[in-house]
Amino acid sequence: MSFYAPLFAAIGVMLFWFALGLAGLARGGDERFVFRFLFPLGSIGGAVLAAAGLAGLSQAPAALVLPLGLPDLPFHLRLDPLSSFFLALLGLAAAGISMFSAAYFRKTEVIRPGLFGLQYHLFLASMLAVCLADDAYFFMVAWETMALSSYFLVTTDHKVPEIRRAGFLYLLIAHLGAISILLCFGVMQNTAGEYTFELMRGARLSDFWATAVFLLALAGFGAKAGFVPLHIWLPEAHPAAPSPVSALMSGVMLKTAIYGLLRVTFDLLDQQIWWWGVVALAVGLITALLGVMFAAVQTDMKRLLAYSSIENIGVVLTAIGLAIIFHAYAMNVLAALALIAALYHCINHAAFKSLLFLVTGSVMHATSERNLGHLGGLIHRMPWVAWFGLIGTLAIAGLPPLNGFVSEWLLLQAFLLTPGLPNSYLNMLVPVATAALVLASALAAYVMVKFYGVIFLGQPREEKLKQAHDASNWERAAFVWLAASCVLLGLAPVAVIGQLDNVSALLVDATLSGNIGRSGWLFITPASPERASYSAPLFLMGIVGTVAASFLLVRWIYHGRVRRAAAWDCGYPQQTARMQDTAEGFGQPIKQIFEPFFRIERHVPKPTDERPYYWSKTEDYLWYWLYLPVAKAAEWGSRLVGVLHHGRIHLYLIYSFVTLLALLFLIR
Amino acid sequence: MTQFLASQLFQSLLAVLLAPLMLGWVNQCRAWLQNRTGPGMLQPYRVLRKLFVKDAVMAHNASALFRLTPYVVFGCMVLAASIVPVLATDLPFSPAADVIALVGLFALARVFMALAAMDIGTAFGSMGARREMLIACLAEPALLMVFFTPSLISGSTALTNIVETLAQSSLAIYPSMAFAAIAFVMVTLAENARVPIDNPATHLELTMIHEAMILEYSARHLALIEWANAIKLTVYSAIGVALFLPWGIARAGEWPMMPLAILAFAAKMAAAGAGLALLETVSAKMRIFRAPEFLGMAFMLAVLGMLTHFLLER
Repeated sequence: MSFYAPLFAAIGVMLFWFALGLAGLARGGDERFVFRFLFPLGSIGGAVLAAAGLAGLSQAPAALVLPLGLPDLPFHLRLDPLSSFFLALLGLAAAGISMFSAAYFRKTEVIRPGLFGLQYHLFLASMLAVCLADDAYFFMVAWETMALSSYFLVTTDHKVPEIRRAGFLYLLIAHLGAISILLCFGVMQNTAGEYTFELMRGARLSDFWATAVFLLALAGFGAKAGFVPLHIWLPEAHPAAPSPVSALMSGVMLKTAIYGLLRVTFDLLDQQIWWWGVVALAVGLITALLGVMFAAVQTDMKRLLAYSSIENIGVVLTAIGLAIIFHAYAMNVLAALALIAALYHCINHAAFKSLLFLVTGSVMHATSERNLGHLGGLIHRMPWVAWFGLIGTLAIAGLPPLNGFVSEWLLLQAFLLTPGLPNSYLNMLVPVATAALVLASALAAYVMVKFYGVIFLGQPREEKLKQAHDASNWERAAFVWLAASCVLLGLAPVAVIGQLDNVSALLVDATLSGNIGRSGWLFITPASPERASYSAPLFLMGIVGTVAASFLLVRWIYHGRVRRAAAWDCGYPQQTARMQDTAEGFGQPIKQIFEPFFRIERHVPKPTDERPYYWSKTEDYLWYWLYLPVAKAAEWGSRLVGVLHHGRIHLYLIYSFVTLLALLFLIR
Repeated sequence: MTQFLASQLFQSLLAVLLAPLMLGWVNQCRAWLQNRTGPGMLQPYRVLRKLFVKDAVMAHNASALFRLTPYVVFGCMVLAASIVPVLATDLPFSPAADVIALVGLFALARVFMALAAMDIGTAFGSMGARREMLIACLAEPALLMVFFTPSLISGSTALTNIVETLAQSSLAIYPSMAFAAIAFVMVTLAENARVPIDNPATHLELTMIHEAMILEYSARHLALIEWANAIKLTVYSAIGVALFLPWGIARAGEWPMMPLAILAFAAKMAAAGAGLALLETVSAKMRIFRAPEFLGMAFMLAVLGMLTHFLLER
């Protein structure tokens, strides 16, 4: 019984969330009942799920067949360490986000609270089901439920045309991805003979078909995760959705795509070819760099975070690519290191990105502004939001001793071990790729300084910001939960990696447990203590100790007197809030240095203009090079087909007759 | 154990207390090169004392973050000074961070500094923050590539092991390390806000980077930041000295070797400081948008060094 306990707990949470959604529908108009009562209950479900995932990590796989579904196609469920890890991630983020939502939503934003509650909880339950599914059929059902429910959540505010457009774009790309995933399972089913993952695992594909499966999976899951060039829906959909929904989509839904990619690549396919890893590495690095560059020039805070999600997903894909390369060369311990870096970054991103999206939610509620150019100085009015936002900002910027740094450090260590590869070109090229990764993470720090500095620091850029109110208690609780996760994941990497080892043992047959804690629980040592070590607790102790000591010493030897005066600013007395850097100003150096990557439209005034104004717009070239041509081709194709349509019934009958003749001719 | 701790404490205190002297030495050398008498090597200490005694003046809208930052920056630099093997390798604190974590530590100090610069909301503050972050995000990849070469040679990213391997190696000089050394000097100039990227001696409004960020600071807060910068310069010089001139360093607890190690270290640091002053005297400050070219060159040199290692030394 105890062996099945985590699986049953997970199924229980899935049904519970489903029931919460239906209960909300039953009293659809009752805003207090739906938000103040059902959402906190859902949050408890999330915490239970996180515990179940944690318990499932160290267990052997537990499988179950449900008497549901089509005839001869019952739903297969399975909980192994890989799905347990992603369930724990989902539970962790969902607990915080549901808690926040309890106080966030009001009737003014959500017209039908009950319907919204149903969509929200259905979205949670379907993400859970994706991780539990053990046959392609159930997987696709859960995957599509996830896509549809999130589409309705994105278009919550469907009266705004831009939001409808963003939702359509999201739905379109989600379905391109779904087709690709379906084809990928189709290829595997062709060899395995059936749609269960169990049989697919045992099947042995030829190199050609295995490559087809991997590339289809990369494209299909990439559409959901936002790999370049399929990333364009993210910066449209995230700002359109309400903040808690953005947090769920960015923090968790993108990770289900990573889950799918790992499941297909390492679990369902029995071996990998080394150049798959190179493809994944290249796509990952391009995604990370483009994502962070575009994040640097954004002026909408949620668009900025959306581009930052693209960057982080790129980092995860880079790590997966490295794991594939190592595993293909049978260097399993190093593959485990890269894989653990990828998983670690997934859960880190779930914690800090959810936190930051919730922070933008609180800011939007307090100021009804999303544009960075109208914010500023909120640290004085909203101290809770600002200080917890600072933790998220430092974590996502990859700074020690918080969690973002640990995964980045592990990934760099994995990169530094590539000279052991038996391929001399890879030996030389991969270290250079590392520099691209470092550039991406350094730019991420730039972006986050911009994000935090422009919103919370400086002088308020608008008069109305002086009336901004701080977050409510439910919102604060959510901040504490997610910020504590960031801090703990950063301070206890040895314990976290001890758990992640179960996943790497399943996927690449190797663990780091022999190495990782060799110098005690204080230090992580991925290869050996001589090779490299890092200790976050000592870091924190060192900094806090010196800060306290210097603070006390200065007061003891000298004094602590402070006088307040007007700002100095080189003696210029007429400072106004408009003289601070705007978001555009802060991003301008990046725009100038990386100009070839942006499509920039500018208007610069002439000296003779009576009403001079500056205007510039930064866009993605891909939109013009890839998407518009494809859209044009689709329109052209449909116009050609349209020639056949005359609306006269006898013509259609002739078409059917000709088709029938042609088919008879072909088949006979 | 107590001996190790004593060695650690001795080294950290020495680096922290002597850092202003290093700054004074560089300024003095520069004065000599410019045919000036100079204020003397102890001037930074006098400045620090003056600043500590004064009352701190802060803008009306300065937040707690503004007050916290000087302490955090100072703390980061003291921690860095405790990790880098200055006189002895194998210190008890050195396993807490390898070179990558050290880069992270500098980044932490920098991000706090940039945020504090934006806190008052003046035009200069945010301009300085933006420029500092720009220089940093271009310098960081180059710095990491510099560290790659020695870590490939020694098979480790822990500074202690790198230094020990290099100090005991049979090769007198690695060709790859020559490239890395030039790149490291360029990155050091950029990261420490020296000419040609920035000029620590002026408050020329349109060109300043680092000084623009600390414009609103006064008294003890300014003193801590200036002191932290002196430590940063010392730590960077110590890293350079340890990587590229590793001879004569002692293991932790080897007290008999200590006097010799101190002498060797003092000589090497004096040479490094004089070299820095010479470089600053003969070069002119460049426009901000030429900095990417400068740092791009540093990056390419570091990559060349690494390729040289792959082609010649394996």
